[in-house]
Amino acid sequence: MFGLNTECVLSDPQEYLELEDYAGRVSRWCPGCGDNGILAAVQRLCRDEQLPLEKTVFVSGIGCAARFPHYVSTYGFHGLHGRALPTAQGVKIRRPDLNVFVNMGDGDCCSIGTAHWIHAVRMNFHMVAMLHDNNIYGLTKKQVSPTTPKGWKTNTTPGGAYLNPINPVSATLGITNVSFVAQVVEWIPELLFDVIRRAYHHKGFAFIRILQRCPHFMPTGFQSLLADPNNLMLLRHDNGMKVSDDLARVYKTHEDHDPSDMNNARRLADLEDKVPIGIFYQNESIPCYDEIRRPQKMPIWQQREQLLTKSFDRFGIAQGADA
Amino acid sequence: MSPTQEAGTIQRVDQHIVEIISDSGEGAQTAGQMFGTVSAQMGNSVWTVEIIPAEVEPPARSTAGASGNRIRLGSFPITNAGNHTDIVLALNEQVLKGREAAGEFKKNAIIILENVWASSKVPGVAKAYTSTVADLRAKGYRVYEVPMEEECLKHTDNPKRGKNMFILGILCRVYSRELAYARKAIAAKFKKKGQPVIDANVKLLEAGFEYAGGHLDFRFDVTPMESTEPQVVMNGNTAIALGVVASGMDVCAMYPITPATSASHYLSEIFDECGGVVHQAEDEIAAAAFAIGASYAGKCAVTITSGPGMALKTELMGLAVMGEVPLVLVNVQRGGPSTGLPTKVEQGDLLAALFGTHGDAPKIIMAPATIEDCFYSIITARKIAETFRTLVIVLSDANLATGQQMFPRPKFKKEWLAPPIDQSPVDPSHPPFDWDEKTGLSQRHIPGQPGGMYALTGLAHDRESHVAYEPGINQQGCRYRSLKLAAFQKTLKTPKVHGDPEGDLLIVGWGSTKGSIEEAVDTMSSKGHKVSSLHLTFLQPMASGIKEIMQKFKQVVTVEINYSDDPNDELIDDDNRRYSNLCLLLRARYLVDVDCWSHVHGQPIKPEEVEQMIERRLGAR
Ligand SMILES: Cc1ncc(C[n+]2csc(CCOP(=O)(O)OP(=O)(O)O)c2C)c(N)n1
Ligand code: SF4
Repeated sequence: MFGLNTECVLSDPQEYLELEDYAGRVSRWCPGCGDNGILAAVQRLCRDEQLPLEKTVFVSGIGCAARFPHYVSTYGFHGLHGRALPTAQGVKIRRPDLNVFVNMGDGDCCSIGTAHWIHAVRMNFHMVAMLHDNNIYGLTKKQVSPTTPKGWKTNTTPGGAYLNPINPVSATLGITNVSFVAQVVEWIPELLFDVIRRAYHHKGFAFIRILQRCPHFMPTGFQSLLADPNNLMLLRHDNGMKVSDDLARVYKTHEDHDPSDMNNARRLADLEDKVPIGIFYQNESIPCYDEIRRPQKMPIWQQREQLLTKSFDRFGIAQGADA
Repeated sequence: MSPTQEAGTIQRVDQHIVEIISDSGEGAQTAGQMFGTVSAQMGNSVWTVEIIPAEVEPPARSTAGASGNRIRLGSFPITNAGNHTDIVLALNEQVLKGREAAGEFKKNAIIILENVWASSKVPGVAKAYTSTVADLRAKGYRVYEVPMEEECLKHTDNPKRGKNMFILGILCRVYSRELAYARKAIAAKFKKKGQPVIDANVKLLEAGFEYAGGHLDFRFDVTPMESTEPQVVMNGNTAIALGVVASGMDVCAMYPITPATSASHYLSEIFDECGGVVHQAEDEIAAAAFAIGASYAGKCAVTITSGPGMALKTELMGLAVMGEVPLVLVNVQRGGPSTGLPTKVEQGDLLAALFGTHGDAPKIIMAPATIEDCFYSIITARKIAETFRTLVIVLSDANLATGQQMFPRPKFKKEWLAPPIDQSPVDPSHPPFDWDEKTGLSQRHIPGQPGGMYALTGLAHDRESHVAYEPGINQQGCRYRSLKLAAFQKTLKTPKVHGDPEGDLLIVGWGSTKGSIEEAVDTMSSKGHKVSSLHLTFLQPMASGIKEIMQKFKQVVTVEINYSDDPNDELIDDDNRRYSNLCLLLRARYLVDVDCWSHVHGQPIKPEEVEQMIERRLGAR
């Protein structure tokens, strides 16, 4: 394995890990913050998949959402605003054996980190990226975000946001090499969990936009979706997600959508009257950067010595023309 | 006919500077590099400097478009680019003009010039050519007009592509170089293009050699240097790339920027043979983040850049310091600010490296002084970064990056490589920042290590890496991170004074200026001046004993390639004078009245300029 010799790790037969085993510090998110629901779903995934604590890394940027790594008991990297994705790629290139998750806010991903987001999709590292989209800047206290709906009042747009928001799903679907795109809301735990689970099992860069309530700064955010479940549209398909009967009863708007159908995925992403949730697109045939760039050989010292010898020969000064 | 049989006409010299210049694309750089290599193979010490126009395709026959190579060869160890050119080979008179105007040529330098322009039908060209030649002759240069195109046409139908080999042939005759070496160099260079291309080039080489034999009445002999050790010759960026390999690092993240990029080119060519990856990120910020992620997940990674790139990386530099993630950042400095002088040399980033990051971000800064140092400093930097869990910045510059120099072939040592990483389960009594009270050092946990789980954060944190806002905790964290520098500093040796340990003037320098400074100091000492020099490899922290050294001299002056105010300017006085980078640091640290002499011409500092400065300060004797 690249870089590190994992053979020497003494691994005890793991005991079954319970949910509590994945709990990190006590969350300091506001009461009712949707981030809590995302955390719960992710912890459940860890438990269900029995992810080894030491082999799992949550990488984040800066923002409320980005506190995530502190609230799980695995390894974590709480880095810089907007820079979570390249940091996570660095982790993954050296350690393809690790489960890498990325948690970003909407400012984090779609504003300061936009370049990284586009290139992360294109590079297609095998990891799960979660965009906690609360349509607002939480940590810095209610400034307009690239996903804030037009007209919404924020501290930097007291007269109402003047630009149309970015649509992270259609944007991602437009990027070369896109491999997995889903959208879900944090307040339907069953679906949230299912989407994250599917993302986890996807081979490649799995991008999930999770609509996340921020009761503190957007108390009325996503109101229409909460008030009338029919404004959400469940995407279901035999190749996609199956929706339980209970859910189907509550959320009556469904659409059969095969996640291999890019054209329909794009059409759905651009719908104005409904918010589709589920898997928009999935394609596992795209090569992962961490696979195509992963060197095949172990970097042992003999190889280094040989390589240096070869290079020094190349730049060496032969003493005598025939030498 | 062996060229050495022409003795009698041969003038012995202990060093010479040769310059080959042309429009870009005419191969002057290749010819120059080959001549440097051949000279080194024949036992001369060499230092070559690329002459690079700022644009990729500057207009043909333009003064600013000069592209080529300057080779200094000698029978003693050559440590810098030297002063003035002895022989110039030029493919048109315009590229010559700019170099001449910049004062690069010796007074009575020999100029070997392509004369096809004299008969040009393009309006103005012939006139420009003849008037320039007349002008040069009037100034005292010995101009030899050579019908290169005409001569080359006897052997090829496209002389545009072959003149450089013809020139190489001329030089081989003038300096009595064995053609066998040049033939070998040609064969190596055009290996991929096949035998016919090699043969055609060799033919032109021989034609140049023959032509010079029949038409040029001067020969020089630069006596070979005695060397017992095998030598290699390469430029600083290649040395950095090989240093990365030798250090055991296996992730290099970068974003292209002149003059740093070529380090990643050679590395890209060879790195995966030993399990390494060069990652070209979407920008410098991503490159630094990527390197930090890789370092966090195991062993130290490197990111290579130049000034503007380092500026972008500053926030991540702070993260590496705060999170105590080992990181090697190589900054091949170029002229600044902004995009400044992309291809030209400057040492303007020392203070930016030191203070560019916000907040208190203690880091280690070192600067290679030679091309050999470029290789070894990366090995050292990796070691320090991991041992002290910190950011190490290596400040190279454009001078080292593209210059070629010989140095003893390194003998590989296993200890250069990063040791295997301990991934055994973490003792639960060791938190991730288990700072030692006295040194600030702690053991690093990496993902995969059972029991060591923690969330690294760039926010102020306690020993458990828990975000902590309590004022006492931040004070502690800052203290420990700073103490590491002190602990490291205790391992540094006092640098050695070049020359007498006391005297009238001490010159302090850093980085690529070492060779020029020491050569000037030697020259001036031999004339009876009491001058010495001190060269600093570690700029932060600095070794002990520097103050004591400085106190033994009546005056201390730094010589640097970064801006400082001229005290003779009308508005400049003690209250507002801005000092050059190192000077400011020395004044602040040691409370010694250090003065500075610096310029930002975008050129390496010539020994002669330092000599003149010494003379001004000490008076002629
Ligand atoms: C370079 C930089 N610029 C600005 C900030 C300040 N900042 C911290 S979090 C944040 C935005 C948070 O919003 P979002 O990413 O949507 O995450 P949320 O807090 O809503 O989860 C900003 C602008 C920063 N930390 N770093
Ligand atoms: S400000 Fe909003 S996003 Fe941040 S913790 Fe509070 S509710 Fe959650």
